[in-house]
Amino acid sequence: MKKYTYTDKKDTRSGFGAGLLEAAKRNDQVVALCADLIGSLKMNDFIKEFPERFFQIGIAEANMMGIAAGLTIGGKIPFTGTFANFSTGRVYDQIRQSIAYSGKNVKICASHAGLTLGEDGATHQILEDIGLMKMLPGMTVINPCDYNQTKAATMAIAEYDGPVYLRFGRPVVPIFTPADQEFEIGKAWMVNEGTDVSIFATGHLVWEAIIAGEKLAEMGVNAEIINIHTIKPLDSDAVLSSAAKTGCVVTAEEHNRLGGLGDSIAQLLATNMPIPQEYVAVNDSFGESGTPEELMKKYGLDSGHIVAAALKVIDRKRSVLKPEDITQATGEIIS
Amino acid sequence: MKTDIQQLEKIASQVRRDIVRMVHGCQSGHPGGSLGCTDFLVALYFSIMKHNPDFKMDGIGEDLFFLSNGHISPVFYSVLAHAGYFDKSEMATFRKLGSRLQGHPTTHEHLPGVRIASGSLGQGLSVAIGAALAKKLNNDDSLVFTLHGDGELQEGQIWEAAMFAPHNSVDNLIATVDVNGQQIDGPTKTVLSLGDLHAKWEAFGWDVMEMKGNDMTNVVATLEEAKNRSGRGRPIVILMHTEMGYGVDFMMGSHKWHGVAPNDAQLELALTQMEETLGDY
Repeated sequence: MKKYTYTDKKDTRSGFGAGLLEAAKRNDQVVALCADLIGSLKMNDFIKEFPERFFQIGIAEANMMGIAAGLTIGGKIPFTGTFANFSTGRVYDQIRQSIAYSGKNVKICASHAGLTLGEDGATHQILEDIGLMKMLPGMTVINPCDYNQTKAATMAIAEYDGPVYLRFGRPVVPIFTPADQEFEIGKAWMVNEGTDVSIFATGHLVWEAIIAGEKLAEMGVNAEIINIHTIKPLDSDAVLSSAAKTGCVVTAEEHNRLGGLGDSIAQLLATNMPIPQEYVAVNDSFGESGTPEELMKKYGLDSGHIVAAALKVIDRKRSVLKPEDITQATGEIIS
Repeated sequence: MKTDIQQLEKIASQVRRDIVRMVHGCQSGHPGGSLGCTDFLVALYFSIMKHNPDFKMDGIGEDLFFLSNGHISPVFYSVLAHAGYFDKSEMATFRKLGSRLQGHPTTHEHLPGVRIASGSLGQGLSVAIGAALAKKLNNDDSLVFTLHGDGELQEGQIWEAAMFAPHNSVDNLIATVDVNGQQIDGPTKTVLSLGDLHAKWEAFGWDVMEMKGNDMTNVVATLEEAKNRSGRGRPIVILMHTEMGYGVDFMMGSHKWHGVAPNDAQLELALTQMEETLGDY
């Protein structure tokens, strides 16, 4: 089992800010738009370097999505920035018609996704955004796990032609992926190979999955951990080959259990390789105010819950009746 | 391309025939607003805009047009076909399975001349602003035109865009509102009053003009004047006064023909009122 350690912690949104600046240096068609949240989205460095390529939209997210769609027509590569809630639910029809259906090369970049937004509470803690965005035909959905991966993903989507939803967060979290990584859209990252259970994790839950893997190892369980940073298109080969090896699956995400990564994997398994699966996700509820750590614990999204889900799904795997275990009925009628 | 008024009126007559025939052909679609906006679109594509029917999405160096009230697709399709973007015969496929001429315009089927999907109202002004900003970044001094319904102004996104454009001096943008006073459920003044539109747009910082939308001479003159006023720091909006259903007497003056197709007898009657000038498709 590979050991993961970290020396530094940063927020994934800062990875976005750094990636945006770098992408803009490499490609002069990159432009950015923000709906009155420059500081929160870490866009200051980009604005300082490329003021003429930045558009302050004001608190008008619907207009921002439309302007972004229009900018692509002249060859620009617009990155929109606001909170995840205002990047998706608030502007769903604008994204659907002007961006997705119109096939526009807009990068919808969303910070403060999920419960880890913390104290602002449920009005801002969207837990449905992955589902909303992955249902749009042609939309790519990415949820990176740390600063380095978010930076690499931001640079990668600038060079990809098509609409993308990039989801990241507010809290400071460990940096455990390499700074020099190449980010390949749609390609899962093998965090740790194992044989007993496959844990597919996205976003902030990847670090929790790593901790869970260490706890499981102490209990004699050899968990395979795979980072699904791209929820759509899903790396079906990686999921199915791991599932075939381990025979049971845990999915972990900072999202409603309805419509997220877990459901994408469940659908893939149900149609190809039906095996037991457990969800680590929010159980169809809104969030609330609290610190990120308190909320992740209360809503069942920490490493302890991943361990419990892994043990449960392994148990289910063992209790599933195999064909050779089923004995013939005798056919006697008991009166 | 400059075309004289008489020639423009001839084209408009043929476009109106096409509209009624297209809507009749599939027994669905929106003839009323299409007929009312015919003179405007004909003037744009045959006199005002510099554009290339050998379609390229980026439209660099060309004037662009965005139809925000996408339900009046019949007039858009007919004008694009006559302008050479695609063959006139394709109008016969309007709203039928497998057609590039979808009920509402879309880029999805790659129909030349369409740069954005529209139909869900209120989005086109934002898109046009984005396209206009891209032109500025590209040092492209051509213009961006839009068309909106007056009922469409009830959508909030329009006013987000209306606030943005003057603040950012988007002065290569000429928006037009089809003020026909009608929407699906009745007159706008009874459904949801738009109030003093001239004063509203002016208060938002736009250069506001008025136009008689069914008077070709006035349409061309107003659009030429609007072009002259571009580049002076303010976006321009034209309040275009039209009659819904213009050109077909029994479709005029009522919201009832907003989204209703004529039957065989009504089609025949309508066609007697509009001369076939360029050959039916």
